[in-house]
Amino acid sequence: MNRLSPFNVVSLTFGFAFLYLPMLILVIFSFNESKLVTVWAGFSTQWYGTLFQNEAFLDAAWVTLKVAVMSSTLATVLGTMAAYVLVRGGRFMGRTLFSGMIYAPLVMPEVITGLSLLLLFIGIGMDRGVMTIVLAHTTFSMCFVSVVVSSRLSTFDRSLEEAALDLGASQFDAFRLVTLPIIAPAVISGWLLAFTLSLDDLVIASFTTGPAATTLPMKIWSSVRLGVSPEINALSSILIGIVSVGVITASLLSKRHAVRVRREEQAAQRVT
Amino acid sequence: MAQTVFAPWDDPQQKPLIQFVNVTKRFGDFVAIDNLTQDIYEKEFFALLGPSGCGKTTMMRMLAGFEAPTEGSILLSGKDIAGVPPNKRAVNMMFQSYALFPHLSVWDNIAFGLRRSAMGKDEIAARVEEMLTLTRLGKFGRRKPHQISGGQRQRVALARSLAKAPKLLLLDEPLGALDKKLRQDTQFELMDIQETTGTTFVIVTHDQEEAMTVASRVAVMDEGRIIQVATPEKIYEAPNSVYVADFIGDVNILEGTAKANGDESYAVDWGNSVPAIAASQRPFSDGQKAHLAIRPEKIAISAERPADAVNAVQGKVLDIAYLGNLSTYHVELPTGQVIKAQSANTRRVSRRAYTWEDPVWLSWSATAGVLLEA
Repeated sequence: MNRLSPFNVVSLTFGFAFLYLPMLILVIFSFNESKLVTVWAGFSTQWYGTLFQNEAFLDAAWVTLKVAVMSSTLATVLGTMAAYVLVRGGRFMGRTLFSGMIYAPLVMPEVITGLSLLLLFIGIGMDRGVMTIVLAHTTFSMCFVSVVVSSRLSTFDRSLEEAALDLGASQFDAFRLVTLPIIAPAVISGWLLAFTLSLDDLVIASFTTGPAATTLPMKIWSSVRLGVSPEINALSSILIGIVSVGVITASLLSKRHAVRVRREEQAAQRVT
Repeated sequence: MAQTVFAPWDDPQQKPLIQFVNVTKRFGDFVAIDNLTQDIYEKEFFALLGPSGCGKTTMMRMLAGFEAPTEGSILLSGKDIAGVPPNKRAVNMMFQSYALFPHLSVWDNIAFGLRRSAMGKDEIAARVEEMLTLTRLGKFGRRKPHQISGGQRQRVALARSLAKAPKLLLLDEPLGALDKKLRQDTQFELMDIQETTGTTFVIVTHDQEEAMTVASRVAVMDEGRIIQVATPEKIYEAPNSVYVADFIGDVNILEGTAKANGDESYAVDWGNSVPAIAASQRPFSDGQKAHLAIRPEKIAISAERPADAVNAVQGKVLDIAYLGNLSTYHVELPTGQVIKAQSANTRRVSRRAYTWEDPVWLSWSATAGVLLEA
């Protein structure tokens, strides 16, 4: 075993403290007995109990989930299609312009994206609510999906698609039966990315929402302005928990898969 | 039993399966195929041989339908296939990278093409089993491509491309990824399978040994043109140009001027004290520049001047390459030219007759070399 040098230990400590100390404090205080957030008064899970009786929070959570599932699914379909055209479409008029434009929302300030969408929705007379948030989230998260998918597609062995065509598959069948199953991990991680982005978006949702639809980040933001309550801490801790479990499961699964493939490849080489 | 020689290209009655008619393919300014006309016959094992960038892969991709000719036409069984997309052609291809579908089992890989046709389920199963048996993969049907070895993957790719019983099978550097021993075994397997199935094979390769071993005819290509098409023997023994002679195998090229020396015989003055006598059916005028191409194994090496030798020169041994079955001697002549001579090591334990710096005689007959235009 390599021992870490003192310098590395210090770097590691500071780095991780910087990243995780705030979250750790939040989780610890979510188990605080006291109603005052900054004073520790003993361990209790009562705030988790009151959280689940708070209708407003539960409603907001439900809206957020709906928006996230719909917008990330829509963004994945559109983003994958866009990536496919840009990587596989060959040269067509304005290809460079298109590929530049698809990445523009990545660097566009959210305030501007939100404002422009709001003006659009008002302009076409669309009632603001869940649907407008879904559309807005799709707009900005599909470019993330297309970045993830196109980076996978650019390393994809093109002869696999040619082989499918050569064996009599139509263009669509070649995509459905060969390309899509192989790039599926990238598509799924694109979906997860879009889902997370939608889950924690505050700015764009605030611009494009109407009176009927409040997402969880909006709800948290507005209640924090009236003072941080331990309930919010509990809610945030749950969110952290969900995200951690998701990320850890995904990485474990993919690592196990990689290890299995490698072991089987070695076994195949030994036989011959 | 008299065996008829397989040579449909010499039979004017035979209709070619594939015809390239004045095909030109340009990528921007680059001419990949330059006004090429060539026939390929049914049941042939046709090899396209050449250095990278000579256009051999482009020819194959045009046959598969991935590229369209810029000018000219390609006929398959007499029909122009220019507008036919790859999935509608009775042509299948085995890719250099094998292009096996990693998410499908060996069985499903082979069945992929069959499922795209109107074939029934039972028929597909029977055909897949047949292909598995043909390629000796019976036990591996359920495995995924990453669970089998390189040689097995190569056979899966072959089985998959043969499953639809194409009129024409294209093989793009099919053995490039295998090691030498496995490659040699697989070459014979390929020939067996080609004979069993009676399919026309077109193989692209840059490995001249591979082309010579498997093919019924070899086309040597350079810069988008076919330089010579002939059987492996003819390509080796009677190349039509210095390029072909030099590309296939090892060769000594003696440059000089020709002078008539009797009937179909020429004396080539190549800067040595005595001219080289060479027989040639190709006519040369007196003083015409000529290259005499002689294979190293056709040059004998000896300590004394052989009494009856038509051509003999003296030199000293510069280098010896011991290849196990053969030894190649590099002999330097007084003029500074270096000539390679090869002799078989027929005895297991023998003292080498010649060593470095030894004076030796090199001799060859009048018909040993091919006289080529410069």
